[in-house]
Amino acid sequence: MSEERDDLPLLDEVREIKTPGPDRDDTSVILKEKRRLSDPLADDEAKKRMRTYSRRGFLVGGAAALLGVFGWRWMPEETKEKLLRRTFEFNERVSQVFYRPSRLAPEFPPESISPPRVNGGEGMSGEFDPAKWTLSVGGLAGRTADLVLTLDDIRALPRTEMTTELKCIEGWTVIVNWAGVRFSDFAAAYSPQTQSGAPADIAVRPHDLLPYVSLVTPDNAYYVGWDIQSALHPQTLLAYEMNGAPLRPEHGAPLRLASPTKYGIKQIKRIGRIDFTAERPRDFWAESGYDWYSGH
Amino acid sequence: MPKQLENKHPLAIRWLHWVNFPLLFMMIWSGLLIYWANDVYSLKVFGYELFKFFPKSFYEYLEIPFRLAEGLKLHFFFAWLFTINGVIYLLYIIFSGEWRALLPVPGSFKRAGKVALHDLRIVKKLPPQGKYNDAQRIAYTGVILLGAGSVVTGLAIYKPLQLAWLTTLLGGYEWARWEHFWLMVLFVLFFAVHVVQVALAGWSNFRSMITGRELVDLPEPEQPVVSEAEPEGATL
Repeated sequence: MSEERDDLPLLDEVREIKTPGPDRDDTSVILKEKRRLSDPLADDEAKKRMRTYSRRGFLVGGAAALLGVFGWRWMPEETKEKLLRRTFEFNERVSQVFYRPSRLAPEFPPESISPPRVNGGEGMSGEFDPAKWTLSVGGLAGRTADLVLTLDDIRALPRTEMTTELKCIEGWTVIVNWAGVRFSDFAAAYSPQTQSGAPADIAVRPHDLLPYVSLVTPDNAYYVGWDIQSALHPQTLLAYEMNGAPLRPEHGAPLRLASPTKYGIKQIKRIGRIDFTAERPRDFWAESGYDWYSGH
Repeated sequence: MPKQLENKHPLAIRWLHWVNFPLLFMMIWSGLLIYWANDVYSLKVFGYELFKFFPKSFYEYLEIPFRLAEGLKLHFFFAWLFTINGVIYLLYIIFSGEWRALLPVPGSFKRAGKVALHDLRIVKKLPPQGKYNDAQRIAYTGVILLGAGSVVTGLAIYKPLQLAWLTTLLGGYEWARWEHFWLMVLFVLFFAVHVVQVALAGWSNFRSMITGRELVDLPEPEQPVVSEAEPEGATL
C-alpha cells in the first residue's frame, strides 16, 4: 500500500514511520472497501433525487411491512394450524432423510445418574394390579388373534442395559439407568407382519416391516405412535428396571418404553398393548399440538 | 454546497436486514414460550442471584404461560426462514465484496475503543472509517456470529442424537440449551444498543437503510502533506 508513495520525498517516509499513516489506521483502506458515490450534484438536484428514492423506498417498504404483519395476523387460524402442522411433517421427513440407526446417544457412567423425576400420570390412573398384567401384541405374522405375553416372557428375551439422558419436551433432563429388552430384539422374537409378506428379517430388511408401532396403556388413556425406524433403534428398550431396581409404579411398572431417540412424552409408561401397523397411530400429545415425530 | 449521493446499502442487504427483523422477533417470542416450561437460568454474581429469567410478572404480562406446544410449532417453522435468510445474507456479503465494509481487522479493536470514547462524548475525534466505523464492524460481525451460533446450538438441542457429535462438542445437551439461551440474551442486548445508536445517528442514516442512498458532503480537497496547521475539529 505504501508503494504508491515511492515518489514522495524522504521526509514523508520518516513521518510515516513515526505516526501510522492513514492506510494502516483505516480498516476500510486495509480491506479495500469500495464506496459507490455519484458525481457531485448541486444541492437542489441532490435533494430532488433523494426525495424520489425516499418515496419509493418507504412506499415499497411500508407495503411489504403491512403485508407481512397483517398477512400473518389475519391468516385464518385453521390455515395457520395447517401450515405449522405441515412444517412438523416436513421436518419429520427431513429428519428421516438424515437418520442413521448407527448413530447412538451418549451413555453415561453409573455415578452420573440423577435423582428420578416423575412427570405425567396420564394412563396411570384407576385400579391396576401388576400381578395380573399382560401385554397384548397385534400385527404379528400368521395370526389374527393377539399374542398375550407375561413379564416372564419379556424377561426371557436378551437383557440390555443403558445409562442415558432422558429429555423432557419441557426442557429438563435426567440421567437414568435402564434395563430391559431392546424393542428390536422383541420384534425379532415375535415376527411382525411385513409389507412384502415375506418373513420378517429385522437385521437384513428392517424397511420391510410395517412403518409404525402403536403403544397404549391398559386403560387406553395414554397412547403413542412410533415410526418403526426409531422403535428399532438399538437404544430403544422395553424397560422393566430403572436405576438397578424393578420399575416403580409411578415410573411405569411393569413395562415401559425408554429411549434417547425421542422426548419423554413418547416413552410411554405401563404399556398394555403394542401393535405393528401400517396406519399412522394416534398420539396423545400430538393431538394437543405437539410434534408427532418428536425425534432426536 | 454540492453533495454526492452515496449508494450506501445494496437492495439485497436492505431486504435481508428488514426481513430478519420480524423473523428474529418470532424466534425470540416462540423461544420464550418454550423456555417458560423450564425457566432455570438466572444472572448470578458470586452465587448471588441478580436477576431471574424471568419474573412471574413478565410471563403474565406477555401471556406466556402454558403455550409450549404453540411455541415449538412456531419455533420450528420460523427457524427455517431465519436460517435461510441468514444463509442468503452470508453468501451475499461474501460474493458481493460487502464483507470489506463489514469485517474488523486486529487494529479495529483499538479504533473501536476510540469510537466508544467519541460516542460517550469524551473525545471529539473519530478514527478514519468507511461505511461503518470499527465499533460497528465488530458489532455487525458479532451479530452474524450470534445468528450462526443460535442456529448451531439450536440444531444441537433439536437433534441431540443424530447430531450427538455437535451436542457433545458444545458440552452436552444441558450446556447447548444454556448457550442457546444466552445467545438470545446477547441478541436482545445488541438490539437495544442498535436502536439507540440508530436513533442518535439521525434520520439521514436511518433512511439510508430504506432507500439505500445517503447524501454526503464532498470530501475536502486533499491537504498538502506537510501542512498540519488546520484547526482542531475542522474535519468533523
